[in-house]
This record gives sequence, C-alpha cells and structure tokens, in this order.
Amino acid sequence: MDHPTVKATPDSPPDSPPDTQPDAPLLDVRDLTVDILSRSGADQRVVHGVSFTLHEEETLALIGESGSGKSISAMAVMGLLPPATARVGGSARHRGTDLLTLPPDRFRALRGKRIAMVFQDALSALNPTLTVGFQIAETIRAHEGVGRREARARAVELMARVRIPDPARRYRDHPHQFSGGMRQRIMIAMAVALGPDVLIADEPTTALDVTVQAQIMELLAELREETGSALLLITHDLGLAAGTADRVAIMYAGRILEQAPVQELYDRPAHPYTRGLLAAVPRLGGDADDLTPIPGSPPGPGLLPAGCPFHPRCPDVRERCTTQEPMLLPAPPARLVACHYPLEVSGAR
Amino acid sequence: MPDDVPLLEARGLVKHYRSGSLPVGGRRRATVKAVDGVDLTLRRGSTLGLVGESGCGKSTLTRLLMALDRPTAGTVLVEGQDLLALPSAELRRRRRDIQLVMQDPYTSLDPRMTALEIVREPLDIHRDLMPKQERAPWARELLHMVGLDPGHAHRHPHQFSGGQRQRIGIARALALRPKILVCDEPVSALDVSVQAQVINLFKELQREFGLAYVFIAHDLAVVRHVADEVAVMYLGRIVEHGDRDTVYSRPAHPYTRALLSAVPDPDPSHRGATGRIVLQGDPPSPTRPPSGCAFHTRCWKSQERCGTERPVPTAPTTDGRRQVSCHFPEN
Repeated sequence: MDHPTVKATPDSPPDSPPDTQPDAPLLDVRDLTVDILSRSGADQRVVHGVSFTLHEEETLALIGESGSGKSISAMAVMGLLPPATARVGGSARHRGTDLLTLPPDRFRALRGKRIAMVFQDALSALNPTLTVGFQIAETIRAHEGVGRREARARAVELMARVRIPDPARRYRDHPHQFSGGMRQRIMIAMAVALGPDVLIADEPTTALDVTVQAQIMELLAELREETGSALLLITHDLGLAAGTADRVAIMYAGRILEQAPVQELYDRPAHPYTRGLLAAVPRLGGDADDLTPIPGSPPGPGLLPAGCPFHPRCPDVRERCTTQEPMLLPAPPARLVACHYPLEVSGAR
Repeated sequence: MPDDVPLLEARGLVKHYRSGSLPVGGRRRATVKAVDGVDLTLRRGSTLGLVGESGCGKSTLTRLLMALDRPTAGTVLVEGQDLLALPSAELRRRRRDIQLVMQDPYTSLDPRMTALEIVREPLDIHRDLMPKQERAPWARELLHMVGLDPGHAHRHPHQFSGGQRQRIGIARALALRPKILVCDEPVSALDVSVQAQVINLFKELQREFGLAYVFIAHDLAVVRHVADEVAVMYLGRIVEHGDRDTVYSRPAHPYTRALLSAVPDPDPSHRGATGRIVLQGDPPSPTRPPSGCAFHTRCWKSQERCGTERPVPTAPTTDGRRQVSCHFPEN
C-alpha cells in the first residue's frame, strides 16, 4: 500500500477525508515503535515493532502485564504521546489514513469522531470543576458545531444510553458526585458521543469493584453491538479478555508474542509465555491448590535480554533463543507466534 | 494452650465513625457503620479469607483485629486473652503475635532503608526479643526464606521488582516470629505471573511455620487458592461464612452468588453461560445502610421482610460449617 499523501485542508469535512479508502482495514497498525526520549541521548525503546489489525465490529484484546507496552501502544495510535518526550514510528492506518503522519488539526478532528478512547481512571480523566453534562455536550459541540440546546439534549440522551439513572437531573452534577462505576459510564458516554467506529478501552474496569466491573463490561459489549463499532480492549486480565474478545494478542516487553482467535489461544497456547500465564492465573474452577508461577519477573525497558525477551523465564529455552530474536510469524490457520520452538497446537487439547 | 481455644477471635465487633461536618448532601454529621457486628474465629495454622468490595469494612476490621483501633463495641481475643483489657506493656508484647502484610509494595517500604534494615527494624523496636548481634543474621535468614538473594540485602527497595518488594514486606512481617499474619490485599498490586509466586510463598511459609493468615482480598479467585475458610462481607457485616469448598461450590447468600458470578472466567468457552448474575447499581453508602438486610436493595430475591428485618446468622451447618445471614438463602 502506498503512503497516502496527506494535505492539510481545514475546510474539507473531517469525517470524509479525501484519502479515505473504504476497502482498507478499519485500523491497521504496522511496525509501531515508541522511543521514550531522554535528555542524555539514551533513548529507550518501549514498543518494538507492534503490528495488528482491527476489523469491523470486532473486539481485539491486547493482553499484557505492567510494562509490556500495551497502554503506550494505544496512546501512540491515539496520538496522545507528547512529541517532546516520545518518538513514534511505523504506521497506524484508519481506513487507509495514516494517523501517525496526520497534521495535528486533522488528527484532532478524527479523534473522538472516528476513534475514541476510554481511560482507566475516570476521576482524573474528567475535569473536576465542570459538570459531567457540560463535558459531554462540549465534546459534541467542539466536533459538530451544534447549538447548546441540541448538544445538551444529546448529552442527556447519551447519559440515558449508558444507563445513568435520572440523566436530566444528573447532567448538572460534578464528577465527584458519582460513584466510580457511574463515572466510568460518563467516560463511555463521552467516548461514544460522536459515533466512533473504533473504541479503545484502556483497562476500563481496573479501578472498579468486581460487581461493577461486570456491569461496565456488559455495557461496553452492548454498545459495541448496537453501534457496530470495533473495540480494542487493553487489559492485564485474562478473564476479561476471555469474556469479551474475538481475538487476543499477548504482549511482552514491548512486543506481541502471540496472536490468535480467543478460543484457540486459551485452549492451545503456542507461546510458552501464553501457556505460563494461563497456568498462573487463579481460577474459580479446577484444582484449588495448584498455581504454577512463571519464575522471575518481566524485564524493565532498559534491561532487555538478548534474543527472545522471554528466554530467561522460559522453561523451553534453547541456545538459539538467547541470541536470536524470533519474528512474529504465521502459524496456520489463524495464529501468529514469535517463538523459535512453539508448542504443538495441532490436534485436540 | 488447649486446641479448642481459637488463636484469634472477634466477638460482636462494631466500629462506628462519626463523619466530618462537611455539609455534603445537606446532612451534617453522619455515623459510618464501618463494622457492624462481626464474629470471627481463626484456627491455628489455617487461613481465613475475607472477601468483599470497597467500603464493606474489610480494612476497618483489619485495624480492629490488630488492636490498632478501639472498637465501639465487642472484643478481640488472642489465645483467649482480651486484647483490649491488656495493660499497654502486655498489649505491646501480644502485638508481636499478629503482624501485617500490606497491599502496596511500592509505598509500604521506606525507600531510604536497605532490605536488611527494613526486615531488621521490628527487632530493634521489640529489643527484648533477640540480642543485638543475632538480629542481622536472622534478618538475612528471613530474606533467604522468602526467596530473596541474601547478597541483595544491602539494596534499596527501588532496586527490586514488585514481587521482590512484596517478599521483603513478608520477611519484615515474619521478623518477630508471629503466629498470625494479617494480609491486606497482599497480591493485588502484582502481575499475574508474579502473583502466583507470592501466593505459593504464603502457602510454603504456612506449612513451614504453622502460621495462620487472615487473608483479605477482593479477588475471589485468589482467595480460593489460599483460604481454608471464607467470610463474605457486605456493608460492615459478614453475610456468609464457611469452609472454602462449601462457599465456592454452593454459595447460600445471593450476594456470594453474585460475587462469584461476576469474577471474569479465563475460559472463553464459558462465555454466555446461563445463570450469570449482573447486579444492578453500586453498593449503598455505609453512612445510610438500607434497613433490614443491607443487601436487599440489590437483591433479586428480595421480599417485604428483607427490607424490615435484619437477618441473623444461621447456626453453623455440620457439613462445611456454613453460616448465612439471609431470609431466603439458596439451598
């Protein structure tokens, strides 16, 4: 695919840029890299060439432990990393338009309208001094130039849609007057306000209690269904991904180690790290006395080993793993795996 | 000490706080019933899992069990001895038996101290336990016991990973040779691959030293892997209590059922399984708990009686020692 030429034409309608290709994948991220810049010149790479495609109406989960690069990859795709402190490489095409080379004003028009994000911590993502209704209405006004009255009516409608009881009255409340779960609903209302076709949810329920988490995940799944948007779910929780995702990508040390349809990945992990995670996760069923940890801990960004980043913790490590980094290669029918010696996945489990 | 005296026992524990006079919502001073009548026993060498969502009173209960706070009513007994009736010198001595492992290994360790100093500090405070020259060797041995390289004893907390830091916190809690560890969300800040290491460490230490744990966590799947008994808290009360397998496989209280049903299942083939319960709304505020059964406002089985009459715990069943506070429990 050729690099689309991007012209900054402020008067072109933001929702139909001239370079949009209707047949192109919804969101196609190729060789994404992120370097955290340092004044001393020792820049640190935290995302090492991540590629994935998000298809229409699909839910893709990026699963990773802390420091795996999952959130920063999403921030990079959303153009939310400050250029003064982070350098982003590769491409992230939304229906053919590379977001990473868009001029800031074009990106701003697209963000929210086509791609929107739900953050983990609603309390710090919302402005504490403004009413929640105003914040939702402002999102609509900024992008669509509608009048105050219409924006307000739509905001109340959105609050009802994310099931905030008594939305017309609660429109005037401030973020602190809502519970954690209700605040997350407000965030979701803002994210879906402009009808985006891609929703990125970064640990959307991590700060919430388990019964409230179940409500929010149900709401996200319903909205995805209703609107026909696609969902990129970023999570550390193997359980959440199992309950929501169509496909799953496992991240480690700034790379994707394995990617597969959800059932295949959980039933027959091909990468030893995926297998290790599934053996370490506490469950409500099965043997209660047996948890198999992965030895050691995930490497920090400055301390990456040579070869495969997982090799110091891998039970199946061999000579080659310590020197040569495996590429993420297709393992038919529908899997990608970055391992020199992947586990046998054909046949029954 | 005879075996029938529980290691730790709470009887009728109540802790009410008077909230501040901020004119929030037009109310002036409200009473927060953080813990509202809790009975518990902990047997030697066993683990009691305490589960509940935020605001259910788990942390207040922890403070009461450790005699860090005085209850409004009720007593805490260690080996039959009432902690609140003890003279302060003896309470201080008794405290050695109950030590705390905190949630956050990033903020609960002093960044200026080395691992060795952190583990040794309790011994320098309780000076009569061990002569000075024995303290550093014991601290080193503790670091070794929790799986750290004693060669790293002079490193500072920031030089360790999250899991290693939690191991330092555990070594510190063990320094005074306690009988009980109260563990407040001890693995919830850890990544899943490391979490399992620390869970297994807790179990090894228990086998080795006959420790008893009060293991407080919001994650029911984690608790299942460590606890012998489970108590489920809701708005300051224990709504169900019993042997682990009984409570997990046949929950009697609707809230326990809902909690278990809400735990994300790491198996996609169970998706859309029937019988999944998604509760509506948030837990009510402990400043204004609902009348009758505190759960009735979110309970799908609620009847008129539930709104007026507070259910009392049933007598423990012979099978699974289950007690439940519900007018209409599951069978």
